[in-house]
Amino acid sequence: MHSFGYRANALLTFAVTILALMCAMASVSDNFNSPSPTSKVQVLNINWFQKQPNGNDEVSMTLNISADLQSLFTWNTKQVFVFLAAEYETPKNALNQISLWDGIIPSKEHAKFWIHTSNKYRFIDQGSNLRGKEFNLTLHWHVMPKTGKMFADKIVMSGYRLPQEYR
Amino acid sequence: MGWFGEAVDSIKSIQIRQALSQVVSLGLIVTSALIIWKGLMLMTGSESPVVVVLSESMEPGFARGDILFLHMSKDPIRAGEIVVYNVDGRPIPIVHRVIKVHGQRDTGEDYVLTKGDNNHEDDIELYAPGQRWLQQHHIMGRAAGFLPYVGWVTIIMTEKPIIKYIVIGALGLLVITSKD
Repeated sequence: MHSFGYRANALLTFAVTILALMCAMASVSDNFNSPSPTSKVQVLNINWFQKQPNGNDEVSMTLNISADLQSLFTWNTKQVFVFLAAEYETPKNALNQISLWDGIIPSKEHAKFWIHTSNKYRFIDQGSNLRGKEFNLTLHWHVMPKTGKMFADKIVMSGYRLPQEYR
Repeated sequence: MGWFGEAVDSIKSIQIRQALSQVVSLGLIVTSALIIWKGLMLMTGSESPVVVVLSESMEPGFARGDILFLHMSKDPIRAGEIVVYNVDGRPIPIVHRVIKVHGQRDTGEDYVLTKGDNNHEDDIELYAPGQRWLQQHHIMGRAAGFLPYVGWVTIIMTEKPIIKYIVIGALGLLVITSKD
């Protein structure tokens, strides 16, 4: 009954149970954090704007992104993945989401930032609908935990417009 | 002789009734594992509710050996979500993040482009030749939860099959020789 094997088994089971419980509690504790992030994005310049030979519009722009995501960090946060997406409607597509810039924030100290950048991924439409197009810039973030459930949310910034003519 | 002799003796002394009860308890273990797996499939709506991360392409978020819990709902796929997808002609599913979405108005079909956080290029290279976008039927699920390290067990077992056989053999011997 009280052999070495039984004791080792009981100890292992207990240790794994406690570990699982602590992981679950760490994940649940994330729900008590109510973050209040802020963000501001400026389109500083349209670098170029043209129609590709295959008929799709492409635009390149310079952006100034500033954000304060410090309140997203809790003790169970491994990193925050943040990205800025252009979102707009076209006659053919009810939704277009195009990621323009993304970054990984490893710690709270780096969560208040501003960056001056041109779009990291190509801003290409499915078709030729971008002239004079009004679009939203949305800052999305995905909180990746050390363990447990992942969280995501966004800030929508509207009122941006592309030029009427190619350049 | 010692332990080995005892084990042999205990195998010899197995009664038919005891043997049957051990078969039943072994069957219970196997079937309850199956019940949990199938139950998870029903709850999450994904054909493989748990996947193990095999590559470094999502570092530092997901490392090799981490486990992801998948969820598959009717909600459309949106940019930023981490999806698990299959490409025709590739045996192993890929876990990457969605960076572009074009949702068509008429058909309701979403066209999705993915990229690994740790990769420089998007995934068009990984798709089937000529394929530019992922569609709903390629996607097995989206990652909803995360558990570190646990997946190493399966990675070790698939890469070093000898360890798998040793573990299965030892467990089998333990079940046969255990005297309740």
